Amino acid sequence: MDFALSQEHQLIVRTVREFAEREIIPYAAGWDEQEFIPASVFTSMGELGLFGLPFPEEYGGVDADSLAYALAVEEVSRGSGSLGLSYAAHVSLGTSPFYRFGSEEQKRRWLIPCAQGDMLSAFALTEPNAGSDAGATETTAVLEDDRWVINGSKCFITNGSLADVVILTAVTERGKGHRGISNLIVPTDSEGFRVGSSYHKLGLKGSDTVELFFDDCSVPQENVLGTPGQGFGQFLEILDGGRIGIAAMAVGIAQASLEASLTYARQRVQFGKPIGRFQAIQFKLADMAMEIEMARHATWRAAWLKDQGKPFTKEAAMAKLFASEVSVRAALEAVQIHGGYGYTEEFPVGRYLRDAKLTTIGEGTSEILRLVIARRLQEM
Amino acid sequence: MRIVVCVKQVPETTESAKINPETGTLMREGVASITNPFDMYALEEALRIKEKQEGDHEVVALSMGPPQAQEMLKEALALGCDRAVLLSDRAFAGADTLATAYTLARAIETLGGCDLVLCGKQAVDGDTAQVGPGVAEELDIPHATYVRKIASLSPQAIEVERLVEGGIEQVEMTMPALLTVVKEINEPRLPSLRGIMKAKRMEVTVWDAAELAVDAERVGLAGSPTEVVKVFTPQLEKDTQILEGSPDEQAKQLIHGLRQAGLM
Ligand SMILES: Cc1cc2nc3c(=O)[nH]c(=O)nc-3n(C[C@H](O)[C@H](O)[C@H](O)COP(=O)(O)OP(=O)(O)OC[C@H]3O[C@@H](n4cnc5c(N)ncnc54)[C@H](O)[C@@H]3O)c2cc1C
Repeated sequence: MDFALSQEHQLIVRTVREFAEREIIPYAAGWDEQEFIPASVFTSMGELGLFGLPFPEEYGGVDADSLAYALAVEEVSRGSGSLGLSYAAHVSLGTSPFYRFGSEEQKRRWLIPCAQGDMLSAFALTEPNAGSDAGATETTAVLEDDRWVINGSKCFITNGSLADVVILTAVTERGKGHRGISNLIVPTDSEGFRVGSSYHKLGLKGSDTVELFFDDCSVPQENVLGTPGQGFGQFLEILDGGRIGIAAMAVGIAQASLEASLTYARQRVQFGKPIGRFQAIQFKLADMAMEIEMARHATWRAAWLKDQGKPFTKEAAMAKLFASEVSVRAALEAVQIHGGYGYTEEFPVGRYLRDAKLTTIGEGTSEILRLVIARRLQEM
Repeated sequence: MRIVVCVKQVPETTESAKINPETGTLMREGVASITNPFDMYALEEALRIKEKQEGDHEVVALSMGPPQAQEMLKEALALGCDRAVLLSDRAFAGADTLATAYTLARAIETLGGCDLVLCGKQAVDGDTAQVGPGVAEELDIPHATYVRKIASLSPQAIEVERLVEGGIEQVEMTMPALLTVVKEINEPRLPSLRGIMKAKRMEVTVWDAAELAVDAERVGLAGSPTEVVKVFTPQLEKDTQILEGSPDEQAKQLIHGLRQAGLM
């Protein structure tokens, strides 16, 4: 057993951290306030190679792995949860399906530009009546002549109004239940594709989250991802990978909460000494640090299993469930350590709390993840 | 054109360098190693020349140090250097600036020479700023220190601006030449993630004393006339005097005091 990160992984961490110090951290509060992240940020992330980390060079990638990607998501999210979510949604949800399930032609057409950062992608699964029960999708796609005609709507779609391409789940064969679901590739300049309103969210305000509408939206027949009827299994697998990304995002926000708390505990003097000298504060810091370390290791292990080609559904669910709850606890304690100032926007910890909360909801709520874990336990 | 960049691995001393009070040496335990920050500007400048100047250029990162310095050289490769060479041999240990300059110069000759050598203005651990000029002397080529700008560059000549006390000095030299650069010269890039993965597959060349055909008397401790007698943290003493009286009287007292202290 070897717990050390390889030299490349260490260098990737250092590089992304430095990138975050220069290009993310100084602007993160502003993105939150303006509810917007400028496109130039995505451009420089693309130039650095962040979008291509888990993909091979021949498809525009960097030829690293899921572990490297998880490390990068943590560092980006330590700077800005909003950017962390947009980044993770683009790579794990919007881009990896092309790599995992796409035909050679689809890889060339979509994976390469997405991995290089020339295109932004989104993954549209959730609907008004299909949230946790994602298989209950009501959006339909009917083959007419040699085109799919799509009707329906999606909600809560990350990057939805910025994306060049959307991967969408739809019922392509009625009456077949989960076997009748397919994933379709929809370029966002397709006729009948419309972006609805965006949400006023509690946190992650810089990240784009919108409704999408499809009114007789038509795409060529070859735009079905992989094999028709395989959509349900495909999206479950996509979500497994996505959970590693959300776990890493949760760890990044938690790490930021801890670092802010350490700094504040050193500076703030009450009763004649820095509050960090009080055992009550020290215990909070110790618990935060311990939980973050555990969450990080769980995340790395899930990523490692994925890289080894081993089953990782249960481990990814555990990592995401644990890390997201750790992240919320750490951010809550960070606010507590900051006292009244923590309850203002003068310090970043309030933002960390608002941002962290999404991680217990998106890509499988904590409740659903407990179901996923329990199901795996009983299968054995 | 071949550009050699001399780089050194140094302990990361962001907050406080700790000196062992007994041995007088820098405490390196538990301290991360980094590329000497000033060398990052030299690497950046070399890569910019390679990218901007017409023709085929090769950038070689060169270092002398223990085997662990290979890690630092991998970073230089990740940034975009074409080759990296590490001079590592027990015989090189304990080298002062003279022996280091000699060894680096022999390595540049072993490479088959080069057109330009770039160094940082100094290493942050020793702060001597001697190795760069020393290499130039060993190679018998002209050099300019504290360069803040390369104004023009051709295979025959180079024009640079030096940051000197009170102003800028323009210098023209024939090539090959050596420069030591200051941080005003550029803003170093981050390695691209693709570069990091590419560097993983590249090898760092390691040369020992035999490979360089060096004179054993001139390398390492044997070739180092410098002796470090003592390293210590200087004691800063503060003696505050509050002047009293009218502003005129205070001014007089101040001038008198400064004169007595030999400061005026
Ligand atoms: C900021 C943000 C970004 C998002 N990005 C995307 C995206 O890019 N693409 C996308 O497709 N979706 C996205 N989503 C949607 C997200 O995945 C869903 O919100 C999530 O899956 C939960 O679905 P729901 O909101 O409909 O909640 P519901 O499913 O209605 O759940 C409500 C509550 O009931 C509980 N519950 C539901 N079923 C059960 C059960 N069987 N047992 C026990 N408890 C249960 C849930 O845990 C939850 O507490 C995003 C959401 C947000 C907020």
